[in-house]
Amino acid sequence: MEPFKLHTGLVCPLNRTNIDTDQIIPKQFLKRIERQGFGEFLFFHWRFEDDGKAKENFPLNKAEYKGASILAAGENFGCGSSREHAPWALEDHGFKVIIAPSFADIFYNNCFKNGLLPLQLSEEEKEYIVKKAETESYKLTVDLEKQTVSDDLGFRTEFQILPHHKEMLLNGWDEIGVTLNYEDRISEYEQQTSK
Amino acid sequence: MMKPKTIVEKIWEQHLVLQEENKPDLIYIDLHLVHEVTSPQAFEGLRIKKRKVRRPERTFATMDHNVPTINRHIINDKIALKQMQTLEENCREFNIPLADIDHPDQGIVHVIGPELGLTQPGRTIVCGDSHTSTHGAFGALAFGIGTSEVEHVLASQTLWQSRPKTLNLKVNGTLGTGVTAKDLILAIIAKYGVRFGTGYVIEYTGETIRSLSMEERMTVCNMSIEAGARAGLISPDETTYNYLKGRRHAPEGEDFTKAVEQWNSLVTDEGAAYDKTLEINASEVEPQVTWGTNPGMCLPVSASVPDPEHEGNPAKKEEILNDLDYMGLKPGQPISSIKIDHVFIGSCTNSRLSDLKKAAAVIRGRKVHPSVKAIVVPGSFKVKQDAEKEGIDLIFKQAGFEWREAGCSMCLAMNDDIVPPGERCASTSNRNFEGRQGNGARTHLVSPEMAAASAVEGHFVDVREYSEFTALT
Ligand code: SF4
Repeated sequence: MEPFKLHTGLVCPLNRTNIDTDQIIPKQFLKRIERQGFGEFLFFHWRFEDDGKAKENFPLNKAEYKGASILAAGENFGCGSSREHAPWALEDHGFKVIIAPSFADIFYNNCFKNGLLPLQLSEEEKEYIVKKAETESYKLTVDLEKQTVSDDLGFRTEFQILPHHKEMLLNGWDEIGVTLNYEDRISEYEQQTSK
Repeated sequence: MMKPKTIVEKIWEQHLVLQEENKPDLIYIDLHLVHEVTSPQAFEGLRIKKRKVRRPERTFATMDHNVPTINRHIINDKIALKQMQTLEENCREFNIPLADIDHPDQGIVHVIGPELGLTQPGRTIVCGDSHTSTHGAFGALAFGIGTSEVEHVLASQTLWQSRPKTLNLKVNGTLGTGVTAKDLILAIIAKYGVRFGTGYVIEYTGETIRSLSMEERMTVCNMSIEAGARAGLISPDETTYNYLKGRRHAPEGEDFTKAVEQWNSLVTDEGAAYDKTLEINASEVEPQVTWGTNPGMCLPVSASVPDPEHEGNPAKKEEILNDLDYMGLKPGQPISSIKIDHVFIGSCTNSRLSDLKKAAAVIRGRKVHPSVKAIVVPGSFKVKQDAEKEGIDLIFKQAGFEWREAGCSMCLAMNDDIVPPGERCASTSNRNFEGRQGNGARTHLVSPEMAAASAVEGHFVDVREYSEFTALT
């Protein structure tokens, strides 16, 4: 996994609440056995008409948000199904950061395994960012080391993240590799509990 | 004296492999359930890194999401077929027991775990599926995980997890006739919203919960995730042990007696502290119908869908407008006036034998309305077989229902069982998200009894007033 330290990117607003993983990546695309290539199906039914034409009104289709790498959305982002295809699709499409006032647990955890930063800000901060991004080409800089988000206009705020999650992203760790270093502890546990 | 503890704390402490400051805990996973959709990339990951499955015998796989429910052996969808074959190959290569499409143990992963006695009190259980919370009905700590975590558990039989907060959801009072466990959990989510459980494990307590059967408890725990909670559980009791006794993977004889002793010690202690407590009075719950696109948008069948004009908050008003538009409903329309095109009885929420029997009791001697297409999809091969032994299938077939093979089916419409765009389905499943049952499909979540009654009438009806029906025993 690529380490994540500092990122500056264009913000795409998607100001809805309770965006569920069924919307992020609809089930017909879950049949694939690969891990890559889900980006083109991201928000499929919101993005495309039945005949495959792009829906002009959907933010991701608008020229001004082309190349956006930061998505700003409403609360409870990523609720519903545990499908990791959701972060895969977001990442594959080019997103690096998802901003929302709250996230669903499983989605939140899944992000860190895929170099994606789910960034929890307050409702007011999110609204500010969404408003900006809706009115002009708007960039944010996320500094994971310092745990800050800022723009060129003087907005700057700190965010919270568990030290463990932070370290994982900063180092681009293979979590399984880390765990397998504790092999003797796992064996010991199995022996003690006769498992 | 020892500090009183909740069942969650006790299970957690018994599964701690490693605990270090500023880190989540490393916890041991007793049982890992696997299905075809969320596992291929995990096995591939193992292969790339030349890793093994640490404990194949603590892993159990089945096929459920993709499987056809008719003409089972003609799978036209090549990509789905490939996914199933991939699971077969992976299980062979890594030595994992698999209930494939022809196996008598096949079924929805959350139906067969309990059925086979794999699901036991005190166990940590995971699966790459958010409705793993179902298994909490037995007093297990069970939660859904993503594919990277599936790979992590395959390789190490452990997971890094932060200790969850606990939420005591007290349910007291008696559920009325015709009001079910499904109505109870829908009413809870309607009352407290789709986020109240985020970050918590919900423990359902109170006299009402105690009086529920195991299958009803599974229905309640199943939908914990729809409240945002990764896990929901119920302390085990005699009902739990009676269900487990004699199941294939349950302990036998003296071992069972010993196990019961151990299981009893897990029950939440008197006076244990929770991080949060909520309550609901079961006697006030009415049969529920969802009207919008998340399970919290839910009302009693006697109510009318919201009128956005009565909503002061502009954001909420907008949301209601969008939902009514997607759902094709008029503001203020009585729920009982909503006409339906499809009825789906199935899914890991409501596809067990008792669910099918309750629905059958409502439709016995009646006919499905001519404008409705109705299907029953049993949760497992065994449920299907048991129902057929009792002639339940005949009741459904005579009424005009299609009787299918086991699988997830129309709950998420990954196979051919799809609700066409703009059509409306009364469904016993757990999610009414946009497009869940097919692109543009409109889903209303209900209990099996309500689904059965509306199949007959062609629109929603209050099953309590519908007419006398006698329960099948
Ligand atoms: S029945 Fe529906 S909710 Fe349950 S496991 Fe299958 S797809 Fe998921």
